[in-house]
Amino acid sequence: MSPSDIKPASAPALACSSTITLSTIGARAWLVEAPGGFDLPSQRRVWSLARLLASGEDVESLIPGVTNLLVLFRQIPPDETAVRARLHAAWEQAQAIHPQGKLIEIPVDYGGEHAIDLDAVCRHTGFSAREVVRRHHQSQYTVFALGSAPGFGYLHGLDPQLATPRKKVPSLSMLKGTVTIGGAQAGVSALTGPNGWNAIGYAELEVFDPLADSPALMAPGDRIRFLPQRIEL
Amino acid sequence: MIEIEQSGALNTVQDLGRFNYRHMGVSVSGVMDPLALRAGNLLLGNEENAAAIEVQLFPFRVRFLQDTSIAVTGADCRATLDGNPLPPWWGCGVRAGQVLELRYPRSGARGYLCIAGGIDVPVVLDSRSTALRGAFGGHHGRALQRGDQLPLGATTGPALPQAGIGIEPPESALGTWFPRNNAGEIQLRAIPSGEYALFAEDAARFWQQSWQVSNQSNRTGYRLSGDPIFPSHTVEMRSYGLIPGIVQVPPAGEPIIQLSDANTAGGYPKIAGVIEQDLWRLGQILPGQSIQLVKSDAREAIAIEQEVTRWLTRLRLSCLPLRKAVGV
Repeated sequence: MSPSDIKPASAPALACSSTITLSTIGARAWLVEAPGGFDLPSQRRVWSLARLLASGEDVESLIPGVTNLLVLFRQIPPDETAVRARLHAAWEQAQAIHPQGKLIEIPVDYGGEHAIDLDAVCRHTGFSAREVVRRHHQSQYTVFALGSAPGFGYLHGLDPQLATPRKKVPSLSMLKGTVTIGGAQAGVSALTGPNGWNAIGYAELEVFDPLADSPALMAPGDRIRFLPQRIEL
Repeated sequence: MIEIEQSGALNTVQDLGRFNYRHMGVSVSGVMDPLALRAGNLLLGNEENAAAIEVQLFPFRVRFLQDTSIAVTGADCRATLDGNPLPPWWGCGVRAGQVLELRYPRSGARGYLCIAGGIDVPVVLDSRSTALRGAFGGHHGRALQRGDQLPLGATTGPALPQAGIGIEPPESALGTWFPRNNAGEIQLRAIPSGEYALFAEDAARFWQQSWQVSNQSNRTGYRLSGDPIFPSHTVEMRSYGLIPGIVQVPPAGEPIIQLSDANTAGGYPKIAGVIEQDLWRLGQILPGQSIQLVKSDAREAIAIEQEVTRWLTRLRLSCLPLRKAVGV
């Protein structure tokens, strides 16, 4: 930890592990990383931080990630210390918010020709294919953030025992709509293309329409349920 | 209206980019050389953000179906109008029926055809840029093909003279601000980023060695070949927001600089971020060429940005009276 990461004197004393980590990407983008685990309380506080910063006229864009937030300023901030103090203060002010997201139900064909990594998930977890499918569709998921491709949602809520590392060699052309597991996260691929997540099923799903009033199907805070439509093992 | 007579794959309509939808996973897109687009548009009296054609595969040939004015900026792509050579960074009036051809560049990688009024394709999500991966924006969300006809926006100002006028390219006009090393390689300034410290002794080599831009480079990102660099231990990163210029290091140890068509989120360790003021130079580098990364900071980025702004202001001020004079 560098000295400038130390919290401002006015903030209440907290253990180091509870403070944010700050870094830059280029000259005008700051990445705020929440302390703690890959969990809903951390993400809720990130959403709250984004809401607080959104009112700043000098803020161009806010890109929530998974327990982090990228803050893009319109101009290059000349005073690094001031930015650090401001982001720390905003984090202290940020309280976990509980957006009442919509519930999106996604019918899934589990197994079959698109589930090319189901065996790998079984080997890694020690579960049968049937058990992987059962645990996958019984969980309820929360959209943490969108990114990687237009409308792609990073989904939290995967049964921890289903967590399977991303593939060392990505699939070159994974079909749009493929239902996947990437580490401790779940997802449905938004575009046909290279993909390093593990494919276990397929859903007929359009997650992004650039011409629609609200282009993305999912929004952070939405809840997702997968409904088994067909299971082919 | 203009008609494409010949085009390689991946030549697209681009403006400065799509900035307001990154939180939905939508890439910025936009030209790889924003200075070339802005200067070309200033010469024509267009909005700086007016859409142009980015040409990165040659030869490219277009026929003008109406009288208009054009500016050809960016790479020196040996432009000819009806077979007569045009100097690089040149603007002039053209007549209906004339044909412009851009050929494999003498220097640089991407040429820009800016036209009075801009290319008038529909605005999708606040931009006319082509999002190739998402297949929207630009001309039907795809690269240009022979036979495509593109409408032009309305213009109010006078046309440029047939004889034409030139701009001094930023590479020479701003030369002292955009240096090269002793080997003649372009120096790109970058600010250490999140996992920089993780690269321990290898971090020094990131700045010292020259990196060759590999053949696996495109508008999404440039892959750098050289003596690989590795973190002192592997870290599992949570996905975070990406912006053009970010330098990530995948497990193989060869850095990738994400550019216009980059994803909006990623999870590789990041060692540095190339300052935005230097990205236009990267857009003019061809695979096979080498670059050097130079450690920088926000203060330097501000100074360079001010110089670029001054240059664009001078350009705007000198184009205005000229355009008025020839318009009388």
